[in-house]
Amino acid sequence: MHKQLPKEFYPLMQELQAVDFVLLELTLYLDTHPNDQEAIQQFNQCVQVSKQLKQQVEQIYGPLQQYGNSFSGYPWNWNDGPWPWQI
Amino acid sequence: MQNFTPRKFYHPYVSPFDPCPPMTVKSYETPPHLYMTFQPYGLPQFSPQEALCAGTLWPALYDPYYSPYKKHERQDDQ
Amino acid sequence: MWIYEKKLQYPVKVSQCNPMLAKFLVEQYGGADGELAAALRYLNQRYTIPDKVIGLLTDIGTEEFAHLEMIATMIYKLTKDATPEQMKQAGLGDHYAVHDKALHYHDASGVPWTAAYIQAKGDPIADLYEDIAAEEKARATYQWLIDMSDDPDINDSLRFLREREIVHSLRFREAVEILKEEQGKKQFY
Repeated sequence: MHKQLPKEFYPLMQELQAVDFVLLELTLYLDTHPNDQEAIQQFNQCVQVSKQLKQQVEQIYGPLQQYGNSFSGYPWNWNDGPWPWQI
Repeated sequence: MQNFTPRKFYHPYVSPFDPCPPMTVKSYETPPHLYMTFQPYGLPQFSPQEALCAGTLWPALYDPYYSPYKKHERQDDQ
Repeated sequence: MWIYEKKLQYPVKVSQCNPMLAKFLVEQYGGADGELAAALRYLNQRYTIPDKVIGLLTDIGTEEFAHLEMIATMIYKLTKDATPEQMKQAGLGDHYAVHDKALHYHDASGVPWTAAYIQAKGDPIADLYEDIAAEEKARATYQWLIDMSDDPDINDSLRFLREREIVHSLRFREAVEILKEEQGKKQFY
């Protein structure tokens, strides 16, 4: 049987998607506005929030990145589905 | 608040010999970025959740597209 | 290098099995102004553009791969449980004969992706103007797709992707301004 994700996964993932989206928007903005100090402050705050959320998501879903950017469980759980397009 | 309209209209020529019933009004999109050469500092922002839904962090750049051929879509969607 | 993240940029939802819509959406997968073309265009141009805008091309190019995955997700979900008969009725019989349900980099008419869709002139202004045009063309494609789609969930994702084209276009326009002002000047904005 395939693993089904618990209900609490979905709002948590969306929260992470939202914060990471702000980070992406600020990244592109800062690429053309490198001296906007306020935006850089906001960026760094969002990095903190994103890191915390990623930890929470990974506890339910397993590693979000590999090549050593996430820890692994035993057995190796990077391959575990469902993958993003299957969810 | 916007000092522009994101959709413009024009009236194509209607010939008595056109084979289909005429569409008398056509429209095209003129989104907000056309009116902003360089984004100014400190524009008001959406909350993170709103930004994700909108596809942009800044209301000044938000321009949701609803088909001009489906008049009721916008209301149904909201 | 690049690192894959096991999450979609935006929560893609699909209301109903609709292979006909998948046939149209594949335009943004492997078409001339699609997400693959966009990603490869920007990530290739960045090697020969002034340092000031390399970061922007890198970051937008990377985001385009996230969009490619969103489009793939929509196509996958729209066709996943379609029968061969439904594929045929949707005009995907020729696709099915070659690929079954496999995705492939081609446009809505089945023409395979080609590097001839993209350009790198080595002239920063020429390249950035091409990029701006590409974003506007992709924006237009999303409009025509929304015009034809009755799936509210798909339209929600397509509206997100269209909005991203607007933001990218603005950033490329800003990049042009940065390169313009830099000539013989030390400060801008």
